[in-house]
Amino acid sequence: MLQDFFNKVRPHFEESGKLHAFHSVFEGVETFVLVPNTTSKIGVSIHDAIDSKRIMSFVVIALLPALLFGMYNIGYQNALIAGKLAETSIWSMVLYGFAIMLPKIIVSYAVGLGIEFAVAQWKKEEINEGYLVTGLLIPLILPVGTPLWMMAVAIAFSVIFAKEIFGGTGMNIFNPALIARAFLFFAYPSKMTGDQVWISTETFCRLGYALPDGSTMATPLGEAAANSASNTSFYDMVIGLIPGSTGETSVIAIAIGAIILLWTQIASWKTMLSVFAGGAIVAFLFNVAGMENNAVANIPWYEHLVLGGFCFGAVFMATDPVTSARTETGKYYYGFLIGALAITIRVLNPGYPEGMMLAILFMNMFAPLIDHIVVQRNITKRANRLKK
Amino acid sequence: MSFLSEKNKQAFVTPLNLNNPILVQVLGICSALAVTTQLEPAIVMGLSVTIITAFSNFIISLIRKTIPTRIRIIIQLVVVAALVTIVSMILKAFAYDVSVQLSVYVGLIITNCILMGRLEAFAMTNGPIASFLDGIGSGLGYAWILVVVGGVRELFGNGSLMGFQIIPQSFYDAGYVNNGMMTMPAMAMILLGCVIWVHRSIVKDVDNN
Repeated sequence: MLQDFFNKVRPHFEESGKLHAFHSVFEGVETFVLVPNTTSKIGVSIHDAIDSKRIMSFVVIALLPALLFGMYNIGYQNALIAGKLAETSIWSMVLYGFAIMLPKIIVSYAVGLGIEFAVAQWKKEEINEGYLVTGLLIPLILPVGTPLWMMAVAIAFSVIFAKEIFGGTGMNIFNPALIARAFLFFAYPSKMTGDQVWISTETFCRLGYALPDGSTMATPLGEAAANSASNTSFYDMVIGLIPGSTGETSVIAIAIGAIILLWTQIASWKTMLSVFAGGAIVAFLFNVAGMENNAVANIPWYEHLVLGGFCFGAVFMATDPVTSARTETGKYYYGFLIGALAITIRVLNPGYPEGMMLAILFMNMFAPLIDHIVVQRNITKRANRLKK
Repeated sequence: MSFLSEKNKQAFVTPLNLNNPILVQVLGICSALAVTTQLEPAIVMGLSVTIITAFSNFIISLIRKTIPTRIRIIIQLVVVAALVTIVSMILKAFAYDVSVQLSVYVGLIITNCILMGRLEAFAMTNGPIASFLDGIGSGLGYAWILVVVGGVRELFGNGSLMGFQIIPQSFYDAGYVNNGMMTMPAMAMILLGCVIWVHRSIVKDVDNN
């Protein structure tokens, strides 16, 4: 039925059709819904029912638990601060969170896809599907208090300068979602960190509670960075009913996503595992080193792994197939260094309570170098074997 | 050779656009990133470089036939250093605030690649008037990029131009926040890249020069 529809409207978008100006939009929509019936015209390619659009849809599905929990958590934090936790039902909390998140997701897709469509049209290329995941990731890794217009500016910046300049989806060096976050982090620090951005203070259609300006709620990592004791229990950190960027708080929701990604073999277990290994080892070393006046260093290593964006970064960001190392051995080094750097930044730089973003971006830059070293070592190994 | 001959005109005009020191030769980038956080230091820096390039080109061109080739760089440096010192003193005397903002970058004009490049490539082989015009052109070519980048950075980074508030207070009350990224050198690099991008897409034959 869908096939018929597309076949019926296709003539309008072809060379002489009156809607030719939108032909890339048409192709984008058609191949999103149906498996494309054109194949690559050059070289040898192996074809599979899973192409990059199907991969993207799986990642989006894997993100849904984190998104749903994030919505619930927005409502929960709002009710918690208002002191009306007991009389607010779970459904109204989720609905409130949904009302807060929906405009963010719409703006994210509108701005990002708008730029992608414009560039595809301008360069007469096909529309790339890479933004489907990025567009959902960006609202999830931002604090709920970041204004929409800032998000729009950051998305425009990251799509243009982190992606299109390098040649579009699949060619980017840095993860575009993290570039958007980094841009906001450096451009508008007052709306990205601190105590005031983690809770939503408005009401929406009689959902939620209006909170006075200046209602504050610090993240456990933020508290530790300010050297004040955090009384968040390990249980809360795993469940995720703590303040933080929307998608990153619940380890359980992220774990469900991780299982989906690993089961469909989209994400590499090597990268994921080594991120956690790197983080655990370095955090353990800082625990043992016993820096007395550094509260972050004294957070137990297992809490380090579940706090902040560590899990989210390890599962959804570090494993991005485009920006991570591509050699199988390289993935171990790449992941381990991300984990190690993230904890190091957290502990040693009091200006940045969270190090995951910068660690991943930094290692994105070194991924090609890691691959190069791995390949070169393999070549020398084989050359030596020949000599013997 | 008359003052307004075709060759002199070319010497003055090409560095502004087709052979721009920043956009095409990609010289003098470090100072362009460092002094453009605000418009005023960018203008002062641009003018200083223009004056120094013009006069050092002129002086070197006058004595170009007497300079022994093997020590020409040292002689060029002496001339440039003398001019830079004069400009630096004038700035300290008449525009102290700006000279504090520019800090070491006035002194570092001595090592500015644009100056050395023009001396080597133009003044050593051309007459004094053409060299003087080439210096002015190169300096202004450098200056207008600085003004563009500095203007954008000050407007979005501080909401002002030349220190005057441009973005009205009502915007801030409505939730507008200055972009802190604009005041960082990283953003100057990206803006410079954008200027080069726009320039190359307008002037198609840059790469063939």
